[in-house]
Amino acid sequence: MDATAAALIGMGLAALGFAGSGVGLGVLFGKAIEAIARQPAAEAQLAKYIWIGMAFVEAVALYGLVVAFIIMGKA
Amino acid sequence: MTATAPVVAAAAPKMDPLHHFHVTKYLDFDYLGIDVAISNSVLWMWIAAGLVLLFFHLAFKNPRIVPGRLQSLGEAGYLFIRGIVDDIVGEKGRPFFPYIFTLFFFILFCNLAGLIPGSFTVTSQLIVTATFSLMIVGFSFVYGFYMHGTHYFKFFVPSGVPVLLMPLMIPIEIISFLARPVSLAVRLFANMTAGHTMLAVMFLYVVTLPWWGAWLPFGFTVIFTGVEIFIGFIQAYIFTILTCVYINDSIHMH
Repeated sequence: MDATAAALIGMGLAALGFAGSGVGLGVLFGKAIEAIARQPAAEAQLAKYIWIGMAFVEAVALYGLVVAFIIMGKA
Repeated sequence: MTATAPVVAAAAPKMDPLHHFHVTKYLDFDYLGIDVAISNSVLWMWIAAGLVLLFFHLAFKNPRIVPGRLQSLGEAGYLFIRGIVDDIVGEKGRPFFPYIFTLFFFILFCNLAGLIPGSFTVTSQLIVTATFSLMIVGFSFVYGFYMHGTHYFKFFVPSGVPVLLMPLMIPIEIISFLARPVSLAVRLFANMTAGHTMLAVMFLYVVTLPWWGAWLPFGFTVIFTGVEIFIGFIQAYIFTILTCVYINDSIHMH
């Protein structure tokens, strides 16, 4: 296998990080909806933490993107 | 980012989704061996800063007790940031309010200005966000020593942990402190880069597909531009929140 093919496979593998972020988003919003269903009055307060949490979870997937970019630079 | 993307460019028909992240120099300047050229990055930084100034100038040009539309927006922005600073840092955070306010609006306008077609997203350059985050974390470190003296080293010693675990916990605390500027910088940079790359890839589909197929990715770009505006706001918000948290850590410690 030549180096370019290996780099392409590596870039693809870096995208696997999105799986973790997907699980995280599912848990985050699932729990958030659960919490709002229990206590609808708290929705405005919870929304703030949901968006902050979303940004954190999303960032994890984007580290995978950064890894892909680094590999792209080397290829 | 490297200038060329050979892997991607080979697959796509002569279109590079990372093209709009290229820094091109307009005017070459060299000051004592330091490259201070006026590039598109610098230009759009100026434009974003100018837009912030213009917005607040227009909003508070002739302030009234019953605010007009623009003044309401300016006041809402002011109260929003003051709420964040008061919630997280408290009374002692007031001296930092002007800086945090400036930081939020500069990042927000950089993010939003990057969505104008043909513009340049300043925050999609890692060096820009890294400068912000190193400044913030470095300042909070120095300010912690200014506030607490050598007591600030206790910051790295978690409370309520058995002494036996200390050799393990202290390096973890130090590493987590050192990871702060990295995560702060990479979060903003990667969010901006990823969103704009995605838009570019979708537009690539719009151009290459025949007309009966092109409406699907085109509709997606329309929706996703809205998402991008939201992400630009959220990322500026997160950046501000974390800045407040770090400053709070150095004022109140744990």
